[in-house]
Amino acid sequence: MKTPEHDTSVYERVQGSEEFQELKRRFRSWTFPMTVAFLVWYLLYVVLSGWARDFMAIDLLGEINVGIVLGLLQFVSTFLIAWAYSRHAEKKLDPVADKIRHEVEEKVK
Amino acid sequence: MSSHTLAAVLFLAFVALTLVITFWASRNTKTAADYYAGGRSFSGFQNGLAIGGDYMSAASFLGIAGMIALSGYDGFLYSIGFLVAWLVALLLVAELMRNSGKFTMADVLAFRMSPRPVRTAAGVSTITVSIFYLVAQMVGAGALVGLLLGITDATQKIWVIIGVGVLMIVYVVFGGMKGTTWVQIVKAVLLMGGAGLITVLVLAKYNFNLSTLITEASAATGKGDAFSVPGLKYGTDAQGIMGKIDLISLGLALVLGTAGLPHILIRFYTVPTAKDARKSVLWGIGIIGVFYLFTLVLGFGAAALVKIPASDTGGNTAAPSLAEAIGGDFFGEVGGTILLALIGAVAFATILAVVAGLTLASSSSFAHDLYAHVFKRGNTTEREEVMVARVSAFVIGAVAIALGILAQGQNVAFLVALAFAVAASGNLPAILYSLFWKRFNTAGAVSAIYGGLISCLIMVIFSPVVSGSKTALFPGADWHLWNLSNPGIISIPLGFFFGWLGTRLSKEYNAAKWAEMEVRSLTGVGMEKATPH
Repeated sequence: MKTPEHDTSVYERVQGSEEFQELKRRFRSWTFPMTVAFLVWYLLYVVLSGWARDFMAIDLLGEINVGIVLGLLQFVSTFLIAWAYSRHAEKKLDPVADKIRHEVEEKVK
Repeated sequence: MSSHTLAAVLFLAFVALTLVITFWASRNTKTAADYYAGGRSFSGFQNGLAIGGDYMSAASFLGIAGMIALSGYDGFLYSIGFLVAWLVALLLVAELMRNSGKFTMADVLAFRMSPRPVRTAAGVSTITVSIFYLVAQMVGAGALVGLLLGITDATQKIWVIIGVGVLMIVYVVFGGMKGTTWVQIVKAVLLMGGAGLITVLVLAKYNFNLSTLITEASAATGKGDAFSVPGLKYGTDAQGIMGKIDLISLGLALVLGTAGLPHILIRFYTVPTAKDARKSVLWGIGIIGVFYLFTLVLGFGAAALVKIPASDTGGNTAAPSLAEAIGGDFFGEVGGTILLALIGAVAFATILAVVAGLTLASSSSFAHDLYAHVFKRGNTTEREEVMVARVSAFVIGAVAIALGILAQGQNVAFLVALAFAVAASGNLPAILYSLFWKRFNTAGAVSAIYGGLISCLIMVIFSPVVSGSKTALFPGADWHLWNLSNPGIISIPLGFFFGWLGTRLSKEYNAAKWAEMEVRSLTGVGMEKATPH
């Protein structure tokens, strides 16, 4: 019996396939730019807290100032990005990943 | 009944419940997958709660609420890094690790590398990070008990540390990952319930108007508008430019460290599939996010309603005192006593759940990485490996108790920030390169881990947290070379750089293994299955 562990050439064939390259592209083209985006947005917030204190102190709603609002927006953006990722993964990644997995598991049976 | 007695009773009830769970878990822990990964049978929601239970330490509960109560905005700023960090885990790490690893962080790092050097490095890093974190928690436990149970006697505090240590050893040695996970789930429910109740009461007092709460808090602390503006704690005007750079450095370590903490990473192995790992992080983000929103209200509430004694420089009494005050406000004196006791018991449960997770992570890495794969070169039985894991949990627990007692009264709060910095500088580069960089190899992995770890240690040893300041570990001595308390801004780029350099200097490259890793991590082919029971 051949298992994926014993037949590594299966993996190289899958890796070279159009389908897998598409999965990899869909994964990376979403997660990599998004990671850069939320890190920049977070660092921007920290930098503003360090160097733009007058700006952060501007009151928006009663005593709630720009700093607090930007901080709360970090929570909102984190929740939204997490939700958006799960949608992306369910719609664009899972179907392709499941299909490839079933194909490989069939092949090596 | 005084609140101290009631807190002790509630806490003993928690201990009794968790011991029953541990006993049950020990009967269901037979294989290595049971011991290390809870049989991979937890649901996404259960694991999400356990992630919260593992992550939200007493430092983040009492510490952040206290920091907000004392320094307002800056405490809030601190909490945000801990939450945003979970996006790194969700987008880049959790699912791919679940697909390609087995029990420890090193499983992923050693996948396509020469196993012995990489497992040694990962094991050293895992145990170092976990012990730093563990000692900080143990010392914190001694300090907290003084506040919450009214114990001031040094000998009694030592017994409390021993008690916490013994319980943590029992959970891990007998319950393994299953027992530890359930302790964390119970703790997370209690913590969210307790913190949520007080939050709602505080908000109700101010008619659910955050602006009024902030106004009252700013006025009560006598700091006025400065209270809701950055700069009371981090990057104060007195610290000048270095203080602000230090703030960025801390922020970087918090946001990049989480996805490199070994006790967090092994949680992804406790679910059946990568999809469940994703679900557990989604639940984890929800729970942790809501929790930090609670601490915002708790912190401002404490600032508005209670007076924190000057002796409590970290503000650890803020949340318990607030519980007493707000309970008294709504339900009379008895209500105040009950809420204070509840928060005290929750704080202890919090410490126990976190230290158990850390002990499990470090003993798993010792047994699975160092013993089974480095010393025995893979020639062991599963039974023997689990036996070694249990023995090392006992030894690591004993070491943590001893260090916790020795460091009693020392200012070791920096150890948590250091653990995050090492995780961000050594572990995270190695994990990300492993998962995404085709060319990455053994030399790269070893250089990233040791490079990140050593640069963090050097940066901290010659920083003001160890010598040359009033709050330093050695306040009497002075060998500090720079005014940077948090190493991240230097050590994280160094870790990534060493990983790159090590890789470039070595010709090793295994195309077949890279293909296997990439295909497995993205599709879940050949992943470790859940054990049926």
